[in-house]
Amino acid sequence: MEEKVQRDAGEEVAHASLPPSVEESAARSPAAIRTVWLPRGAVGLLERQHVLGYLLMLPAAFIIFSFIAYPFGWGVWMSLTNKEVGMPWSRVSFIGLRNYVHLWTTDGVFWNAVRNSFLYTGIATAVKWVLGIWLAVLLNRMVRFKRIVRAAVLLPWIIPTVLSTIAFLWIFDPDFSVINWTLRRVYTWLGWGYVKGPLWLGDPTLALMSVTFVNIWRGTPFYAIAFLAGLQTIGPDLYEAAAIDGASGWQRFWHVTLPGIKPITVVVIVFSIIVTFSDFQIVYVLTRGGPANSTHLFATYAYQIAMVGTRLGLGAAVSLFMFPVLGLVIIYQLVYLRMDQR
Amino acid sequence: MGTPVGEGLVKRLLVFHLPLFFFIVFTLFPFYWMFVTSIKSTHETYNRNVNPYIPVACTTALVEQVRAFHLDGSALMDNCFYHWRHLLRDTLFVQWLKNTLFIAIVSTIVSLFAGITAAYALARLRFRGVDTFGVLIFITYLVPPTLLFIPLSDLIGDMPLLHLNLLNNPWGLIVAYPTFLVPFCTWLLTGYFRSIPKELEEAAMIDGATRIQAMLRIILPLALPGVVSAGIFAFTLSVNEFLYALIFISDAANKTVPVGVVSELIKGDVFYWGELMAGALLGSIPVALIYSFFVEHYVAGITGAVKG
Repeated sequence: MEEKVQRDAGEEVAHASLPPSVEESAARSPAAIRTVWLPRGAVGLLERQHVLGYLLMLPAAFIIFSFIAYPFGWGVWMSLTNKEVGMPWSRVSFIGLRNYVHLWTTDGVFWNAVRNSFLYTGIATAVKWVLGIWLAVLLNRMVRFKRIVRAAVLLPWIIPTVLSTIAFLWIFDPDFSVINWTLRRVYTWLGWGYVKGPLWLGDPTLALMSVTFVNIWRGTPFYAIAFLAGLQTIGPDLYEAAAIDGASGWQRFWHVTLPGIKPITVVVIVFSIIVTFSDFQIVYVLTRGGPANSTHLFATYAYQIAMVGTRLGLGAAVSLFMFPVLGLVIIYQLVYLRMDQR
Repeated sequence: MGTPVGEGLVKRLLVFHLPLFFFIVFTLFPFYWMFVTSIKSTHETYNRNVNPYIPVACTTALVEQVRAFHLDGSALMDNCFYHWRHLLRDTLFVQWLKNTLFIAIVSTIVSLFAGITAAYALARLRFRGVDTFGVLIFITYLVPPTLLFIPLSDLIGDMPLLHLNLLNNPWGLIVAYPTFLVPFCTWLLTGYFRSIPKELEEAAMIDGATRIQAMLRIILPLALPGVVSAGIFAFTLSVNEFLYALIFISDAANKTVPVGVVSELIKGDVFYWGELMAGALLGSIPVALIYSFFVEHYVAGITGAVKG
């Protein structure tokens, strides 16, 4: 085995076509290869790429198979049963696609959650994209206080979402909303009379918009910082060339900036769509899916059914309904990265 | 994008300073709001006739003390930091902070270890199935926790083969968090390892080092910035995690900061706003500090990851 390692090492060196003196030192290497803490045979084995490769992949593969792949399969199975919290498995029965059919045909709240998830994701992603590029261009033009402003702007994205959403819960409070207080003051000041101000979380449409607003607030920094990194890869010579050709500021933005950040844009948007579509925290804290179950997303409705309502099988079916959309987005991303690498 | 020559001051103000100012107000206002609410008395918080932007009692006490040139800690405590004191002394907040740090540190270490080894293999070694592994890691990186939480909670409650119930136990979360941390670390670090020239390692191996020695002594030290940023992000991701912590942990004393604040400081219809805001701020400070020191790493991490 030692000999084979030696030959392998020799071959590798020959591949690299190095001067003979180096080749000699490589041929003398087995003594040096041996480390203090491993027996000869083990070292030889570990020097083989496939053995070492599988060994190094083992911890990650173990975690992925036992806590992602297996639960996924388990979840698919659960969604085909009538499993409830505390129900012994002996009493659980296989009911085929009945959970899915029930949701699809008779559950109005489910369809509302589907609509909300798409609206929430669509609106939030579009606005975050526009605001993110705008903010990135502004940050890129900054000369002074760069670091501190960048860190400040990043804050909404890095601090725990639930904790910042609590601030919005108070900002949107029905009686003590600071927005409504300010509105009242402005109305009085302008002589428009008294205004109570809207119930930000009390009206179905407005509540969904408020929740979307918080998502935009939280996600814009991520877009901005990623786009900023993309902007910095665009060479200044491109802008100079465009300026010499007489391109206006907008034209330069459309024809130099946007194409320049396209690779990072695709990655950021795909990532953001996945995170937004499967979001849980903002809705959970602000509305718990209310008023009257009107602001549920897939994740909050699955939680509602499985953890509050104890129907685990049905809840698993709700969250698995996310899978086709997420799957499509992931496949798109994989194909795009493949094309990009070529 | 350099500033075009001859751009007027007014135009610069309108297209640059003003929008930037609004962005900063937009991002920072909720934090100001948390702070102001946390130092108001409950009476003040629920008074619609006073200006909510200014904490009157606290400011008055402060101004009086400055005028009299006499610092009185207990008066400040009563007027400004009543809720902070209550939060730290009479609630389980400190315990939640300890739980959060413990869970985040252990799961970060576990995930970094698995991530480093897997990323090295993916970036450097050729073996059958390496491409499949790479794609698999990438897919799992994109799978959101909300897709798996129901079966995973079932699994944590009765671990197969081991017959362990890890619900309501910090170790349940330490087992669950690597499900999103390992793919994340692996993905980030694979890009980082690829950016280190292969020649360095090959030179070391020609000089007689084994591949493992080259990995430990040459590549790992060079990859340290990448490992540090992966560790920081993994740490903050586990501090931020909410759904698993909400579902797996039921005893108040075992909760993490995000779950504890949301579930224990809101009792039915009663909201302890001052304590909620103080808790939200205190829970955010560690993460915010770490990030402000590593913001450059952070940007490099994103671009590196995108290139990878």
